[in-house]
Amino acid sequence: MTAKNPSGPRLRAEDLTLSYDRRTVATSLSVDIPDRSFTVIVGPNACGKSTLLSALARMLTPKAGQVYLDGAAISSYRSREVARRLGLLPQSSSAPGGITVGDLVARGRYPHQRLLKQWSAEDEAAVTEAMRQTGVLDLADRPVDDLSGGQRQRVWLSMVLAQQTSVLLLDEPTTFLDIAHQVEVLDLCAELHARKGHTVVAVLHDLNQACRYATHLIVMRPGGVVAAQGDPAAVMTAELVEDVFGLPCRIIDDPETGTPLMVPAAPRRYDAEGTTGGTVLTRTP
Amino acid sequence: MSVPVREAKAAAPGPAGAPAPRVVGGRVVRAGRGAVSLRVRGRTVAVTALLLAALVLVVGTTLTTGDFPLTVGEVLRALTGNDTGAADFVVNTLRMPRVLTAVFVGAALAVSGAILQSLTRNSLGSPDIIGFTNGSAVGALVVIVLLHGSMTQIALGALAGGLATALAVHLLMIGRGLQGFRLVVIGVGVSALLLAVNSYLITRATFQEALEAQSWLIGSLGNRTWTHANAIGLALAVLLPPALLLSRRLALVEMGDLTATALGVNVHRTRTTLLVIGVALAAFATAVTGPIWFVALAAPQVVRRLTGSPAPALLSSALMGAVLLALSDLVVQRAFAPALLPVGTATGALGGIYLIRLLITESRKSRA
Repeated sequence: MTAKNPSGPRLRAEDLTLSYDRRTVATSLSVDIPDRSFTVIVGPNACGKSTLLSALARMLTPKAGQVYLDGAAISSYRSREVARRLGLLPQSSSAPGGITVGDLVARGRYPHQRLLKQWSAEDEAAVTEAMRQTGVLDLADRPVDDLSGGQRQRVWLSMVLAQQTSVLLLDEPTTFLDIAHQVEVLDLCAELHARKGHTVVAVLHDLNQACRYATHLIVMRPGGVVAAQGDPAAVMTAELVEDVFGLPCRIIDDPETGTPLMVPAAPRRYDAEGTTGGTVLTRTP
Repeated sequence: MSVPVREAKAAAPGPAGAPAPRVVGGRVVRAGRGAVSLRVRGRTVAVTALLLAALVLVVGTTLTTGDFPLTVGEVLRALTGNDTGAADFVVNTLRMPRVLTAVFVGAALAVSGAILQSLTRNSLGSPDIIGFTNGSAVGALVVIVLLHGSMTQIALGALAGGLATALAVHLLMIGRGLQGFRLVVIGVGVSALLLAVNSYLITRATFQEALEAQSWLIGSLGNRTWTHANAIGLALAVLLPPALLLSRRLALVEMGDLTATALGVNVHRTRTTLLVIGVALAAFATAVTGPIWFVALAAPQVVRRLTGSPAPALLSSALMGAVLLALSDLVVQRAFAPALLPVGTATGALGGIYLIRLLITESRKSRA
């Protein structure tokens, strides 16, 4: 058992070495997730951002180092105890054939249930509330198989919410959703963060969405290294994006929110024959 | 103690001002000021009750009909030990051990099938398809052909063969997780390999040994005594309760390792425990009767369809397996008398038809 550390953040990773089989994804990786933050992890493909999230959610056991939850090593808890404090929305889950929306969301209550206490009044209230928040209450009796991608994602999210954990980890929650549903899901996360004071950690692909919603941004570069972290307004610079993603760009203010908005540099112009036409038109340094 | 039972019809939004509508299916039974609360699906309960009734009917018919018809009263007297003579012999020595063996073996096979299909997330993932049953057959044939063992030794050989096959399949899967489709494919391969071993063993046997081997291989409930019924009954009594306790977790594991872990299930331990239980149930059942096809494959699927339950229903699967096997045995005993048709032929024929249907629907699903 590790010494309690009440002063530190509730969730932090210390000196992690993460690997799948023999492929090492990250070494000596340390991150603190600020309490009550909406932390977004971004980075190029295969930089280890989802791997980091897996480790934070105890889905992947680090080869070295330790993840701490509420001051104790996450591996020292019973699985069910972790599930009462920390919820995870994985990239993909499979719904059992024929299950209704209500029954699926109800499964989120498992960590709170006992053999003879399978459906308490609190379970009922938590599930109803979670479904109300995600707007799937009207779908309660529908089979999950019949739903659209956007609806389905909201149902999975409401299963995680029914778990009533104050820490939520979301692995690319907007994948497979059209832009309207992406915004809807992110708005919902922002609302949970703002209204309930939940700590939300999400892996996202879209830098602009990340900047818009994050209160704390973690930018990772390939090799599982944290390139920068902090307030998006301070972290997000054209140099950083060029350095980490290899993409020349310009950072302007988002006209809607004032958060950083990354605009990729204009592409090379091609002539009618399809060969490279010559000069790069605009490249901001 | 009051037991308030609430009607659970959800979905329909309640009238204005009414409490929030129920969102989950089933009835909720609460007692002792919330200390006990259970969620029960009405349809599952109804199906279970019907299966129980069907089982009583089949067992009753088996005990009362045949070459020596008995009344229900005579059977009951014989069972309670208040009858001596012919009825006592027919009921307690001939019919009862046989029908109980059928019930227990059917239940064991069905639960094994339900567990393995659920763990592999594949309706083909039952012990007869993925090689465990053929493994038991190899074990039995080795005892029959090479060691010339007794009935008990044959059963032990079958048990060892089934468990060894499961271990071999497990070793082939190591490092890749128990992912459904891969296990089925490896299992089918192992199964074919073992079938070849069986054929080879039979070619090495004398005529007498080959006959004995063949009669074991076809799966029969003939001449089953209390020893058989007790053995499989005991196995069921030991293995079924932990399986039932773990069935809620099994339902979560079906949603994927990550989701199940996130919900607080120790996936590795749950999976290993259930795998051992599933394999042991199939091995014990096969040890007692020889390979019986179809029950493990079909019973859980039929139950899922009947109950419409999104979770594996182990108890109703057990009852369905018991009914299927006891009924098949009743049919082969009565419909084909005086020919001694082994029950394995009946379940095998039914199973073939069912398997074809399953493969067609599965391939349609995978193409869709």
